[in-house]
Amino acid sequence: MAFLELHGVSKGFGAGASRTSVLRNIDLSIAEGEFVAIVGFSGSGKTTLVNLIAGLTSPDAGTLQLDGQPITGPGPDRGIVFQTYALLPWLTVYENIALAVDSLFPEWPEEKRRGHIEKHIAMVNLTPARDKLPRQLSGGMRQRVSVARALAMDPQILLLDEPLSALDALTRGTLQGEIERIWQADKKTVVLITNDVDEGLLLADRIIPLSPGPGATLGPAIPVALPRPRDRKALNHDPEFKRLRASVTTWLLDAAAATKAKTAFAARPLPSLLARTARAA
Amino acid sequence: MKFPARLISVCETVGLTWFVPLIRLVAGEEPRAQFVALGRMVGLPLLGFALFLALWALLAGSVKTSIGSVPGPTQVWRQAVGLVHEHRAERERERDFYAKQAEQKVRYEKAFPGKAWQERKYSGAPTYLDQILTSLETVFAGFVIASLIAVPIGILCGLSKGFYNAVNPFVQIFRPVSPLAWLPIVMILVSALYAPKDPLFPKSFISSAITVALCSLWPTLINTAIGVGSIDNDHLNVARVLRLPLGTRIRKIVLPSALPYIFTGLRLSLGVGWMVLIAAEMLAQNPGLGKFVWDMFQNGSSQTLALIMVAVFTIGVIGFALDRLMLMAQQLVSYDGAGAAR
Repeated sequence: MAFLELHGVSKGFGAGASRTSVLRNIDLSIAEGEFVAIVGFSGSGKTTLVNLIAGLTSPDAGTLQLDGQPITGPGPDRGIVFQTYALLPWLTVYENIALAVDSLFPEWPEEKRRGHIEKHIAMVNLTPARDKLPRQLSGGMRQRVSVARALAMDPQILLLDEPLSALDALTRGTLQGEIERIWQADKKTVVLITNDVDEGLLLADRIIPLSPGPGATLGPAIPVALPRPRDRKALNHDPEFKRLRASVTTWLLDAAAATKAKTAFAARPLPSLLARTARAA
Repeated sequence: MKFPARLISVCETVGLTWFVPLIRLVAGEEPRAQFVALGRMVGLPLLGFALFLALWALLAGSVKTSIGSVPGPTQVWRQAVGLVHEHRAERERERDFYAKQAEQKVRYEKAFPGKAWQERKYSGAPTYLDQILTSLETVFAGFVIASLIAVPIGILCGLSKGFYNAVNPFVQIFRPVSPLAWLPIVMILVSALYAPKDPLFPKSFISSAITVALCSLWPTLINTAIGVGSIDNDHLNVARVLRLPLGTRIRKIVLPSALPYIFTGLRLSLGVGWMVLIAAEMLAQNPGLGKFVWDMFQNGSSQTLALIMVAVFTIGVIGFALDRLMLMAQQLVSYDGAGAAR
């Protein structure tokens, strides 16, 4: 049995005639230490999927299991990096991480907790900013605090919910590098939710497309066998990378066309699916 | 340039915005712009005030009442100065009294060695300044009672929809009730329940303070409930993921997040409390500003109107000062960048 198992998970919102199904019949299994990316359009239910794994919402049907235990509610064994960072604005960088560490490891001696917090601040290169408030930090720095907080919880699995989507392209690139470096250092199981196919290919062992909602479902998992560490610049000319990108993008576009044909909805504006790097060139 | 920037942010926090152009002027920043700002922030209010005084002086004499004509600004000012002199004279008499008593004590102990000397208290009437002090003490007592009740209930209302629905009808019904309606009930209840042998506070003080509390707790309660109810969902999710116990959740997440709202409520409450206090003191005969106004009204002398006007200005200025104080506190606790001088 895989480390994280989802079986026939469905979730909808609303009631009666206005009820919309967001996720339909989701099956997912992730091995321990694996880095899996789930890519999909905005509004396809990606955040709902994260919330389900996190236990912040419960499914209408289906089962979720982590390490053989059913997921019934939120807990520190699943560290989340929220899309909006969710830092507490009245606490400094240090205090934000300390809130997590102090409440999760109260049995540790003071000294050990402090060392643990400092270690994670250093891991995301924020030691000079440790006593700053979130509003004094840039978007990228805030995101790094959020990552450090999630890692300091020492979770069994790390859920990244579009962690870089609010950042500019340059900061995004830097942070992608950092996420890969950190992941290689302690090989946690990671689920990355993203709308950027390139980002998924750059970071993940496996990439799974999510069809656009309503009633979104997961497509075929595509293993990414590119050697690590992956160099962004070199990847752009790598034929395997290009082939993977084309197959994920094609699957997503076909799924979008199928959904559009099925639903009575008028045209839904879709984000440009041209690769970020291709646009810049 | 660091020094003026710090000073300016301090001034803005304290609410002394009209000092900002002066500081900039001294620092040599764009003198023209500073003069314009000064004119707008200091010049115009001064002009308005001068116009008000002139109109008042012009019109006051022409209104005749049963106790003489309406006093102008100069007469009111003279009464204000008189009240301060009276206060000084009263303090002098008090000092003399205790000095004399000390002398008597020495003589008594010489004449009757071994016998205990009975100390007596000075029993002069409270002066105007004493009455201001009593009013301030009463309003703060009422405000503290109100806050101690309103903040916890507000937090519960914000946390639990059910509790809010249960409490809301009472809030809506009692909120518009005038202090004049509460006071008789409070006075009767205080008389019945508060009868210690050696009372630390007089009954009139307790009644006034409780009335103030009853009328001023609503803005804090409502604002606290709104503040707690509108906490960012992500912040609550953080608490859920960390499985924070309720106490920690309130201390670390709910309270800091709702603090700006709570302080807005407290500021409104103190304003309401100060307004209500005067009415409560009038009826409860608590020796404060309200009683002063009532006594002057009953007195019906030729100075009555001038003295009451002194009281009106005092009440206004103190109310303004209290509001500024609360505004300052509010800016100091807000985390969203309004309080730059943190």
